[in-house]
Amino acid sequence: MTEVTAVEARNAVKAFGQGEASVRALDDVSIKINKGEFFTLLGPSGCGKTTLLRLIAGFEMPTSGTILLEGADITYLPPNKRPVNTVFQSYALFPHLTVAQNIGFGLEMQGRPRAEVKATVDRMLALVKLEPMANRKTSQLSGGQQQRVALARALAPAPKVLLLDEPLSALDLKLRKEMQIELKRLQMETGITFVFVTHDQEEALTMSDRIGVMSAGKLQQIGTPREIYTKPVNRFVASFIGETNFLPARRDGDALRLGEGHLIELPAGVPEGRAVTVTVRPEQVRLVDASEAGAIPATVQSLVYFGTDTHCHMALADGTEVVARLQSSATGEAALAQGQKVAFRFAAGAVQVLED
Amino acid sequence: MSAAEDAQAATATRNGWLLSAPALAILTFAAAGPLLIVLVYSFLTPGRYGNVEWALNFDGWIGILYTKDIFDETLKLADANMSIFWRSIKLSFLTTIITFAVGFPTAWFIATRPPKARALWLFLITIPFWTNLLIRTFAINEVIRNEGLMNTVLLWSGIISEPIRIIYTDTAVFIGMAYVYLPLMVLPLFASIDRFDMKLLEAGYDLYASRMQVLRRVILPIVKPGIVAGSILVFVPSLGAYVTPRVLGGGKNMMIGNFIELQFGQGRNWPLGAALSMTLLFVVMVALLFYVRAANGEKKNG
Repeated sequence: MTEVTAVEARNAVKAFGQGEASVRALDDVSIKINKGEFFTLLGPSGCGKTTLLRLIAGFEMPTSGTILLEGADITYLPPNKRPVNTVFQSYALFPHLTVAQNIGFGLEMQGRPRAEVKATVDRMLALVKLEPMANRKTSQLSGGQQQRVALARALAPAPKVLLLDEPLSALDLKLRKEMQIELKRLQMETGITFVFVTHDQEEALTMSDRIGVMSAGKLQQIGTPREIYTKPVNRFVASFIGETNFLPARRDGDALRLGEGHLIELPAGVPEGRAVTVTVRPEQVRLVDASEAGAIPATVQSLVYFGTDTHCHMALADGTEVVARLQSSATGEAALAQGQKVAFRFAAGAVQVLED
Repeated sequence: MSAAEDAQAATATRNGWLLSAPALAILTFAAAGPLLIVLVYSFLTPGRYGNVEWALNFDGWIGILYTKDIFDETLKLADANMSIFWRSIKLSFLTTIITFAVGFPTAWFIATRPPKARALWLFLITIPFWTNLLIRTFAINEVIRNEGLMNTVLLWSGIISEPIRIIYTDTAVFIGMAYVYLPLMVLPLFASIDRFDMKLLEAGYDLYASRMQVLRRVILPIVKPGIVAGSILVFVPSLGAYVTPRVLGGGKNMMIGNFIELQFGQGRNWPLGAALSMTLLFVVMVALLFYVRAANGEKKNG
């Protein structure tokens, strides 16, 4: 299947400030976002993800580089000339207008006929389930409802790309979960390309078709949620998404030596001689019988109960810490105690070698 | 509600009245009282050497619009009065317009500065209030009079060959009032723009509005309370202005304020002055009512 590119950034650089004091918020970022895709830009605050979004929206111009929309150069096009709409973090609803007037604003500014505006507004109200609120002022709505108005307002002009700047961060946890499902539904129903910015890795994993992980103004990795989670390319991506174990290792012939001690199966891509870091997700660590081949002995340091599972912190003989996530129903999990001698193994193919 | 709560509520009410008593007393004696006196005086007969005689007389009210012929006592429409009213309303209206035109960008500029700079700019705006109005008005006089700063510089530089005659014209009064009342427009506008969420500008541009449309459809409707407050603060004192037309308009270009003063001074016609004052009050009230209603109505429809 050939993918059509909806929006593309080529070598985008955005520097703030002058001369030596200038800071590169975006450092040579190139990215292609496909048509109809739910794409998430994920990263900690200050990583440049919002800057990239603002370049696409047209609120900022890049210091160098190009922004393309369906192949056309829009780098210096003002925001009101771009068929791209934004859902703002603070919603930025017009306080002097009603819900319906807010939703119709973009269409009116485009000079669409009155009948069409009304029809589209009605359709949008139905889409976000706010028909009874049409004539309310936005200040009379709850946070979740305001969120829906912001979404409907940005979707009404049927943009080629919808940009969402951490739209869920102001909502409480329960509402956030609901809106995650709602957003995904809206994206499916409208078929519009969504570019979603968030610092919440769970949001990114649950909603996205693909994720671009950003840090320090650079794209660290682009991939499906599964790829990002199971095959992180570097330490930053591995630690930012989910919990994980980092273990120092070295290739020893046809095996991988963990720390000073144990040999495990050699994953691909480990050079001879050089020290590397490997990562294993806690759920890929299994407690096994000490007599089993390849079992690594360890001592239980502490146990943290989470309900569905228990985190078992263990120390190897050389002091390296390994965390295992054990399902609470697993046999013998409840019988574990601090100081107990145990043995574990990594699931096959679960060990990832990190680049740095 | 229990008896205890009743008693508590009663105490709260009593305390409320007691606490507002000083303010109420001042309002009664300093605002309502004098107003009542003015109202009563407007129905009395003028005394020979000023003051009033206690005899009912409607000449004061008639004198607003008509003059009595000295010989046959027939009533004629008072053209002089009409031109004074017209000049007052025209100049006040123009002053409001120009202070808005200048004050809005100024207030916007201040509101968009970083907080520290903002305090400095606001401070600069309030500096004129430190000086007496009369002195400021004479300063304007010094700038625009025929031998004043402006004409001296223009003559010296050869841009003009004869002094531009502004002093003692309506233009001079207009310039003076615009200068004096500008801060009264800027401050409420600033307060309103300061609360304006600048993210809404981006939202407007994002939703295909041009800069002009953002101004007309987003900014102006939202900062309207500031525009209303500023316009009232400028229009009302402009209408009753006294010092500025006196100093810059000479004796000829009177406004209502000067006309009223004249009745209590040289004119020795206190009832007419009182009636004029009441008329001014009434005109201002009606104007405000219409203005506020129009501003609110637009908000409901727009």
